Amino acid sequence: MESVNNLDEIRKIICQHKRWDLIFMITGIFALMVAVLTFMALFAHMLFDGMPRLSWEFFTSFPSRRAESAGILSAWVGTTLVMFVTAVSAVPLGIGSGIYLEEYAPKNFITEIIEINVTNLAGIPSIIYGLLALGLFVYQLGFGQSILAAGLALALLILPVVIVATREAIRSIPITIREGAYALGATKWQTVSDHLLPYSSAGILTGIIIGLARAIGETAPIITIGALTFIAFLPPSPITSSFPYFSFEWLTAPFTVMPIQMFNWVSRPEEAFQLNAAAAGLVLVVMTLAMNGLAIYLRYRMRKNIKW
Amino acid sequence: MQLNQGKVTEQFQYKSEVKNLSFYYGGFNALKNINMVLHDKKITALIGPSGCGKSTFLRCYNRMHDLYPGNRYDGEIILQPDGVNILASNVDPIEVRMRISMVFQKPNPFPKSIYENVAYGLRVRGIKQRAILDERVELALRNSALWDEVKDRQHDLAFNLSGGQQQRLCIARALATDPEILLFDEPTSALDPIATASIEELITDLKNKVTILIVTHNMQQAARVSDYTAYMYLGELIEFNVTDTIFIKPKNKQTEDYITGRFG
Repeated sequence: MESVNNLDEIRKIICQHKRWDLIFMITGIFALMVAVLTFMALFAHMLFDGMPRLSWEFFTSFPSRRAESAGILSAWVGTTLVMFVTAVSAVPLGIGSGIYLEEYAPKNFITEIIEINVTNLAGIPSIIYGLLALGLFVYQLGFGQSILAAGLALALLILPVVIVATREAIRSIPITIREGAYALGATKWQTVSDHLLPYSSAGILTGIIIGLARAIGETAPIITIGALTFIAFLPPSPITSSFPYFSFEWLTAPFTVMPIQMFNWVSRPEEAFQLNAAAAGLVLVVMTLAMNGLAIYLRYRMRKNIKW
Repeated sequence: MQLNQGKVTEQFQYKSEVKNLSFYYGGFNALKNINMVLHDKKITALIGPSGCGKSTFLRCYNRMHDLYPGNRYDGEIILQPDGVNILASNVDPIEVRMRISMVFQKPNPFPKSIYENVAYGLRVRGIKQRAILDERVELALRNSALWDEVKDRQHDLAFNLSGGQQQRLCIARALATDPEILLFDEPTSALDPIATASIEELITDLKNKVTILIVTHNMQQAARVSDYTAYMYLGELIEFNVTDTIFIKPKNKQTEDYITGRFG
């Protein structure tokens, strides 16, 4: 009987099989390039168009009828303030809910329903949040078309992201660490505040920044609640010259944000405004990338001392 | 198993008595009617094949099972001298854990400094004065034979220690609060032989200071360190006696088979 281990046969078969490796590798590279090259093309296009417009004046000028003197001052100030409101409201709410669900909530049917809903909230189209905010914050609570309403709307939008990030970060702490704390007589709150929160802060922070990076580019909910597209003034300063030296008037001020300013310019027929839009888009992308970069850096820094 | 009968007058020599203890993980009956005692300032070892319930039993002692839903205790664990049943529902598990410390299977130092690891149990008790903390931390580190190795770097991260040192740090952390009973859950199973030897030596040194209950599936370890040994199988206490008796002439055939390696 002829041996099945004919060397020439084996080599031929290996060669045939390896061909599939090669075919898949080429397909894979092609698939990857579709994504990467598309992004690079978009970014390069924006870079060429927008770069010449980027100057100090672009950041310090209000929008204008004349494209050459128009700037993004009101837009970036608006974005910064809205993001501030979003962070201040979403962070405590999100971390609090995450900790409650992970550590305190009894494991029963109701908790399970809440958990499923929180996860699903992340997938709801952002314009729905805009509608909710329009009804609730703008009209019902009477916040008006203000920075406060916009910040809260975006906070609702990223709340699920922060909750899920908090839970994942807490869950990644080994059970032996948790039991170690309890075994020493710590209460739940002592375990959470002395151990679980500090050890999961890198993950939570990353989640917050990723959430904010998503919120910064959101346009639909902000348009829904009625942000103005042309604003040639700044909100009142939070710091005042007379006692008590701070003011919350800016919260109720009308505003615009970067993506809306961009949208406004894109919809103009003049070529020069398209360049402005590209420049504003460039600033927005750099802001988002910087936030993601910060998240990666913080994760690396804070996890350096924690190995498990 | 009948040791505590007719010895009521000598009750004071027991640190703890276990009476008709049963334990349930939901519907699963993991411990079945266990009766035994812990002798004061002695080392008691729990041996038995995997899944026999020895860790489950150990974790009853600091009410660790209360952390998870669906667990139920039945029976009593009496802690002397005050005679309190630590399993009673009106006894706060946190109070029990403050009196009885535990060292886990894998070293589980907190990602904090060596000093803060040892001081944590004290901080939970509300001790804030630096001088007292310093003194207690040093004493605990000395008692766990770690002081000489770490005295100059107490504020380094605990993760920078070797595995054996980390486990001794966990022992120091458990000792810092002057526990009445010290529980060990297979404390050397994640360590190399040299670190194991140093932990065993430490446990032997500690026995005059504190009552010790140790789970091990290393029979030689039980024979080397313990004064009393309990053999468990399928949630039942098969035999409990002085360690020498258990290892030299066990009364129960099952125990003998396990000890001699014919089973388990």
